Amino acid sequence: MSTISRDEVARVAALARIDLSPEEVDRFAGELDVIVESIARVREVATPDVPATSHPLPMTNVFREDVPTPALPVADVLAAAPDAEDGRFAVPQILGEE
Amino acid sequence: MTDLTRLSAARLAELLAAGEASSVEATRAHLDRIAAVDGDVHAYLHVSDEVALATAADVDARRAAGEELHPLAGVPIAVKDVVVTKGTPSTAGSKILEGWIPPYDATLVEKIRAAGLPILGKTNMDEFAMGSSTEHSAYGNTHNPWDLERIPGGSGGGSAAAVAAFEAPLAIGTDTGGSIRQPGAVTGTVGVKPTYGGVSRYGLIAMASSLDQAGPVTRTVLDSALLHELIGGHDPRDSTSIPEPLPPIVAAAREGALGDLSGLRVGVVTQLQGEGYQAGVLARFHESLELLTKAGAEIVEVSCPSFEYALAAYYLIMPSEASSNLAKFDGMRFGLRVEPEEGPVTAERVMAATRGAGFGDEVKRRVILGTYALSAGYYDAYYGSAQKVRTLIQRDFDAAFAAADVLVSPTAPTTAFRFGEKLDDPLAMYLNDVATIPANLAGVPGISVPNGLATSDDGAALPTGFQILAPAKADDRLYRVGAALESALESSWGAPLLARAPELG
Repeated sequence: MSTISRDEVARVAALARIDLSPEEVDRFAGELDVIVESIARVREVATPDVPATSHPLPMTNVFREDVPTPALPVADVLAAAPDAEDGRFAVPQILGEE
Repeated sequence: MTDLTRLSAARLAELLAAGEASSVEATRAHLDRIAAVDGDVHAYLHVSDEVALATAADVDARRAAGEELHPLAGVPIAVKDVVVTKGTPSTAGSKILEGWIPPYDATLVEKIRAAGLPILGKTNMDEFAMGSSTEHSAYGNTHNPWDLERIPGGSGGGSAAAVAAFEAPLAIGTDTGGSIRQPGAVTGTVGVKPTYGGVSRYGLIAMASSLDQAGPVTRTVLDSALLHELIGGHDPRDSTSIPEPLPPIVAAAREGALGDLSGLRVGVVTQLQGEGYQAGVLARFHESLELLTKAGAEIVEVSCPSFEYALAAYYLIMPSEASSNLAKFDGMRFGLRVEPEEGPVTAERVMAATRGAGFGDEVKRRVILGTYALSAGYYDAYYGSAQKVRTLIQRDFDAAFAAADVLVSPTAPTTAFRFGEKLDDPLAMYLNDVATIPANLAGVPGISVPNGLATSDDGAALPTGFQILAPAKADDRLYRVGAALESALESSWGAPLLARAPELG
């Protein structure tokens, strides 16, 4: 019995900007239970008194000298782009008509 | 004449330095070997013959002119395709990056080029390093040189297979949950995951930024130390890079090979043996422990109870970070762009169509898992809880390293399985990494050393690996103990393990 519904998978796929076929939505709805099982397991020991660790070796305020360094050549970067125009990335329409 | 592909990198480097072989000869020998066997093994996604031979010729000329060179100058190397290489395709095993030529080099690649190692090509991997078998590569499986019907491990199956099949003496891997060490175990090769921050992550196509670490893939412990020393060290372009010199790892490997481990305390982790581990894997593990005892080490048992929660924490943290890192593959600035088949062609709909077409199943699965775990209302309960388990695992390591200088376990619970055996069962696939994941969560370094052959469930004799873990920034201990074990094992066998691998081609 799946605890994550098809609708939930479709909603999350839309948030993640991934087009899924109806068959993929069905399949993932069955497989995403792994996360529900994982969270149940983790909650057995993740009690309020335990602090969280984000990085293995904590470092704060990692600075570098405030010296300009050259950026990548524009032509090299645009050569790898799907589309370019006038020295810039060319992208599809971003704003709606209305 | 010596077959230059069969030598260790250290031995090849000696021949090059003594003028007994040239880098062009060594590079050509490896390119010939690739041409002969890679049709069967499929370790490489891209072979860069011309660039490699040009580097080799340049190194030979500089050596002839009497220039002072890096000890590994002229020794060829393979690089996992998740590491960006300027001017050479870098796909990370994904269709979404098919044909992408990066405009820059990763820091570790800059170091490799500066030291004059010819880069033979880019190695196959599970898409975006998500997998334990290379079956999730968008470009086909890599085959285990010990048995072409079996997986070479993953995600770095290409690098491990390239080294095991004598298609390169050295390779680069990356390890997020075991992707260097587990392929090492199942192909009979050496793999090292350095301390988190020990090798720059700049130019690695990130999966989980708080877990990813690049490291060496080789046939001997000394070769790993030599390569680790070359690629490691502080990099201002990676703000998580450790701002200190590396420990003396090459010296530790040479000292370890002398075989004296007197006074060393070796901790056997209770939770990393027993249920789920093949009988043959455990038998080889206990034999290796006896060899360490004979070398003077003291074996102690240590308990790390939180390790039982490591897999669950990993499968919350890794997809969460991956879903965030993979957001950049949106079809706008590089890589694939796919337009929707119908309806308006807006940026948002192009992103969804591009990602739907460009990502494979396992990548979609993990991005959706991660997006779910990080979505509104779940963040603290999911990602936050998993981060608490990281703290508990670090505490277990701290306590264990108070009782022992290194911790040991089998690297992988089983020998190499057949293609397809675990493909439809993500959880069974994930269990391959049960012994390797705790090190990534805590940031501590680990090595896998080949320690024999075990009989698989279906009767084949296949390699096993012995994992050694050390405290953060004490990577030298891996090399000391690893080299001692390697030397004791090879004396008992009379030859390296790979001498028993079947001939290919």
